[in-house]
Amino acid sequence: MLELQNVETFYGNIQALKSISLEIAQGEIVTLIGANGAGKSTTLMSISGIVPPRSGVILFEGQPIQGMPPNAIVSMGISQVPEGRRIFPYLTVLENLDMGAFLRDDKPEIKTDLDYIFELFPILAERRHQAGGTLSGGEQQMLAISRALMARPRLLLLDEPSLGLAPLVVKRIFEIVKKINSENNTTVFLVEQNANLALKTAHRGYVMENGRIIMADAADKLMVNEDVRKAYLGI
Amino acid sequence: MDYFLELFLGGLTRGSIYALIALGYTMVYGIIELINFAHGEIYMIGAFTGLIVISVLTMLGWNSIAIIVLAALIAMLYSAAYGFTIEKIAYKPLRGSQRLSALISAIGMSLFLQNYVLLAQTSNFLPYPNLVPTWDFLQPYEHIVRSTEMVIYIATALVMVLLTYLIKFTRMGKAMRAVAQDRDMSMLVGVDVNRVISFTFIIGSSIAALGGVLVASHIGQVNFYVGFIVGIKAFVAAVLGGIGSMPGAVLGSLVLGWTESFFTGYISSDYEDVFAFLFLVLILIFRPAGLLGRSDTDKV
Repeated sequence: MLELQNVETFYGNIQALKSISLEIAQGEIVTLIGANGAGKSTTLMSISGIVPPRSGVILFEGQPIQGMPPNAIVSMGISQVPEGRRIFPYLTVLENLDMGAFLRDDKPEIKTDLDYIFELFPILAERRHQAGGTLSGGEQQMLAISRALMARPRLLLLDEPSLGLAPLVVKRIFEIVKKINSENNTTVFLVEQNANLALKTAHRGYVMENGRIIMADAADKLMVNEDVRKAYLGI
Repeated sequence: MDYFLELFLGGLTRGSIYALIALGYTMVYGIIELINFAHGEIYMIGAFTGLIVISVLTMLGWNSIAIIVLAALIAMLYSAAYGFTIEKIAYKPLRGSQRLSALISAIGMSLFLQNYVLLAQTSNFLPYPNLVPTWDFLQPYEHIVRSTEMVIYIATALVMVLLTYLIKFTRMGKAMRAVAQDRDMSMLVGVDVNRVISFTFIIGSSIAALGGVLVASHIGQVNFYVGFIVGIKAFVAAVLGGIGSMPGAVLGSLVLGWTESFFTGYISSDYEDVFAFLFLVLILIFRPAGLLGRSDTDKV
């Protein structure tokens, strides 16, 4: 579904991604783990077109998307929940969700999706007229995921959904991610620092270090890999 | 009491004029954090375009109400094209570079447009015909409020209502608010930011042009420099109200208009600008973000 071939991305003169290649198949949950500053978020931003790669190829369903403007990439079916949630603070919960459906004009279907989301996260229905910035961290994360779902993505990019949240909330968020994947057949690309949780959720994983991918394997294999355990699972 | 009312309405006129320009400053700042110093020139170009249309149509013997309406509409369209083009050639290439570069580009654009109109139209004040008919029911109050002023109030109120509707309820309005709050995130939900920015310049410029035509009709003359002075005052009003906030721009404009009007009326007309700017300094000391502005810390 998604394929990165030798992608290199720079911030000015600093190279953040060094020849990244990876592959995600339809229906999978794939995780990308690694330390702070390894280039995980940059990988997602390159896919979304916010920080376009300088070289390399990004194929989405066989079509090259590198160099396309972000709105075109969203309309192809790739939505991102960025690090730090990035809720529009002065828009209401409902308006935030509306923004998620910005490129759609099928009103009745949007309504159906909205009902589905309110069923998934009843708290958002309760707060629908509240400004996004007044929600708690966990609620904002739910809103951020819901906003991305409102675009009906075929590929969902999630950047550190567990960051700064209470363990119970994190558990709930990951259950939902699994549910979205199995019920809607939405492919998920999950970037996480919490490697333990990420590998438990995902089917396959990639390990990133200093802008390079250094390992790729099935999630359960990575879980028992000696190097991964030492470096990322703290065991 | 009559004198007070006269000053009050005079202040309202000034405030409305400032508001029509300040809205453009504040909208552009809200979206791309740039003070568009060429905005006053857009207002001036609007006034000149109106004058040309008025002259041609008067020669053709049109009805005066039709002339003023058409002049305003054409001026708005023409200035919108200017605003759109200025953004494309002077600001867009500098997006992503330091903020100061775009600011200097804006000042350059302002000087360029002033001098271009100076060369094209001479430096003389040109008489501006007032085509707004005198209304009979306003006749007894002619010394307090003229019909052109009435038209300015109505136009400003109408603009504010339409703009509020646009920002609050339309798809483009929502996109504008989203871009103002988090540009990258709005790209991630599929907003074409370039279109939103262009749209903002088009709306702000046409509002300024409407102001240009109405004010020039009211004052009765125009030259290449009028946009600069009013532009600076409107900029002060936008900062006063809290740059980036649209209700703030209107409030700041009215406050500035009344301050000027009352101080000149009751104290001395020699110090009009002194009072206006003194007021600005005081507001900025006690409320640096402006009357309705949000401080940058809670912008994230």
